[in-house]
Amino acid sequence: MKELEYPFDSDYILKNARKLKRILSGQDIGRIKKKIAVLGGSTTHDIVRILEIFLLHQGIEPEFYESEYGQYFQDAMFGNPELDAFAPDLIYIHTSSRNIASYPAPGDNAETVEAMLEEQYAHFSSMWDKLEGTYHCPVIQNNFEYPFYRLLGNRDAVGVNGRIRFLTRLNERFYQHAESHGNFYIHDINYISSAYGLDKWADPFYWHMYKYCLCMQAIPEFSYNLCNMIKAVFGKNKKALVLDLDNTLWGGIVGDDGAENIEIGQETSMGQVYAEFQAYIKEHKDIGVMLNVNSKNEEENALAGLNHPAGILKPEDFILIKANWEPKSKNMADIAAELNILPESLVFVDDNPAEREIVRMQFPGAAVPEIGRPEQYIHILDRSGFFEVTSLSEDDKKRSDMYKANLMREKQQAGFADYGEYLKSLKMKGIVRSFEPVYMARIAQLTNKSNQFNLTTRRYTQSEIEQTAASPDHITLYGKLEDRFGDNGVVSVVIGEKKEKTLHIDLWIMSCRVLKRDMEYAMMDRLVEECGKAGIAAITGYYYPTAKNRMVENFYGLQGFAKAEEDENGNTVWVYDIPKHYEKKNRYIEIIER
Amino acid sequence: MTREEVFATLNGVFQDVFDDESITVGEGTTADDIEDWDSLEHINLIAAVEQEFGIKFSMGQVVTMKNVGEMADIIMSQIKD
Repeated sequence: MKELEYPFDSDYILKNARKLKRILSGQDIGRIKKKIAVLGGSTTHDIVRILEIFLLHQGIEPEFYESEYGQYFQDAMFGNPELDAFAPDLIYIHTSSRNIASYPAPGDNAETVEAMLEEQYAHFSSMWDKLEGTYHCPVIQNNFEYPFYRLLGNRDAVGVNGRIRFLTRLNERFYQHAESHGNFYIHDINYISSAYGLDKWADPFYWHMYKYCLCMQAIPEFSYNLCNMIKAVFGKNKKALVLDLDNTLWGGIVGDDGAENIEIGQETSMGQVYAEFQAYIKEHKDIGVMLNVNSKNEEENALAGLNHPAGILKPEDFILIKANWEPKSKNMADIAAELNILPESLVFVDDNPAEREIVRMQFPGAAVPEIGRPEQYIHILDRSGFFEVTSLSEDDKKRSDMYKANLMREKQQAGFADYGEYLKSLKMKGIVRSFEPVYMARIAQLTNKSNQFNLTTRRYTQSEIEQTAASPDHITLYGKLEDRFGDNGVVSVVIGEKKEKTLHIDLWIMSCRVLKRDMEYAMMDRLVEECGKAGIAAITGYYYPTAKNRMVENFYGLQGFAKAEEDENGNTVWVYDIPKHYEKKNRYIEIIER
Repeated sequence: MTREEVFATLNGVFQDVFDDESITVGEGTTADDIEDWDSLEHINLIAAVEQEFGIKFSMGQVVTMKNVGEMADIIMSQIKD
């Protein structure tokens, strides 16, 4: 819905929120349901109302708990049966610099201020510890925005007594906590308030009239920024950029003007704008975003443009380069298919409104931002928050390389008459073990991202993964796969719950990029082995169909399970009696034992 | 802008904010007359009216405003200036 995409009209959203919600609620797009507890230090009504609309738009159907006015600390620290019964999937703590109980006075010495800082920090950190111990769910905490006046003028930022300095130090303490706690995230309202304009943001009218710590008109930007974090925590980030070339990555038309005449580099102002944009795009590789080209061009000309000596992006930075005369919507579909990702994981960037409209119409699901003029490209893409980083795993940094290696594998495969010979040539090595601490973040991420090869589509937070790993009633397995083209990282996860002599499979997922490589068999082999050790005689598997997981409809059948039940919605239950002499199914992956 | 025009515009704002096309407001309309108009929705309503007319109510005006008629008085006094 265009009204909810950045850059949006905040006044329109505020005024028409009811209508927008009505329309969104009427769309059946298979949203995931999440329970979000909002613990407020000031009024949260409109923040929640607008947040709900943005979340619905992102494919998340929220249910909210809102603390009574200003009761964030009480709710967190002293228990609240209503909150306990609500059992949140995520807790958001909405506090601001209006919630600081005491600020340094001009006469206070450094020790006194230090003690105050400690006290303020302890107020928050004790609350976070309590929440973590009670609810085991992700917590999002606002940092502090600057106050709207400076008693000491510029010295407010420097002197230990200054409020600006005090808040800066307190914020730094918050960040240190976030660095050492994987499930704790900072919502950077300090940045959003300055980007919005602090004078307007902190209008005292809204505080004294309604106890809002920000002005009404800023709420859509605020809630949008918060929504971006929440959708990222729940695995709804985009994964790939698909970029046009002419007048998007450089000025001019490379086919008409010639590669030597396109505007890129330091010679002209426009050339500088495009160079800065290319540098911005290139940095996305390091946060795990896959870069691709979708351009109406002869491939030769496209490559000549990308090889321009002043350009920052080079052909090797891209995974797929589609430079042809096909409709761009067709290229989008091909890119999604070749990368094995869903349409809604793509962001299409094109300066031409007509191309954007065609992609919107013909390839629904992909994000197609209105990117404006070249000097606005970075701002609009950045604030859109498509790739909001909540944590950076090693796999994120290597993702582009992994996908490129995958494409090389496919090329290689074409040269083999026999698929088995091809698999042998990959010289695959795998690790299949119970969950280990270093992979908990990646495992949680996979459970939230996998849609296609996912039998039950059950989502786990990192702390749930950690609890499951520690539970004596569960068997957990992760699988890692490496071959001669590179390391694929953690690609498969299985969780089963032991009930007497049967193991019930709660989750079986695999990354599509290792499909048909015997990895699913390697997982089965180890699962059977673990069952043997635990005295388990049978395995029960469940398949719950969604719009996206048809590919594994008959997965358990292929693994040798027998179908035991099927209901009218297509949900199936499968049973496997573990034979006395189980023959290993994986033939091509060498499994590394400890 | 005539008083009639102010009320016509106000009708549109109320209809959008409460997502109800059957709403019409008059001189004496108060929060008691519109089901969803509670103290929290009031904030959003005031902001929407301000935006529509390009005006800003002061705290004093918001606190003392008793009905839609008084709201229209303030709007008319501000857009005249």
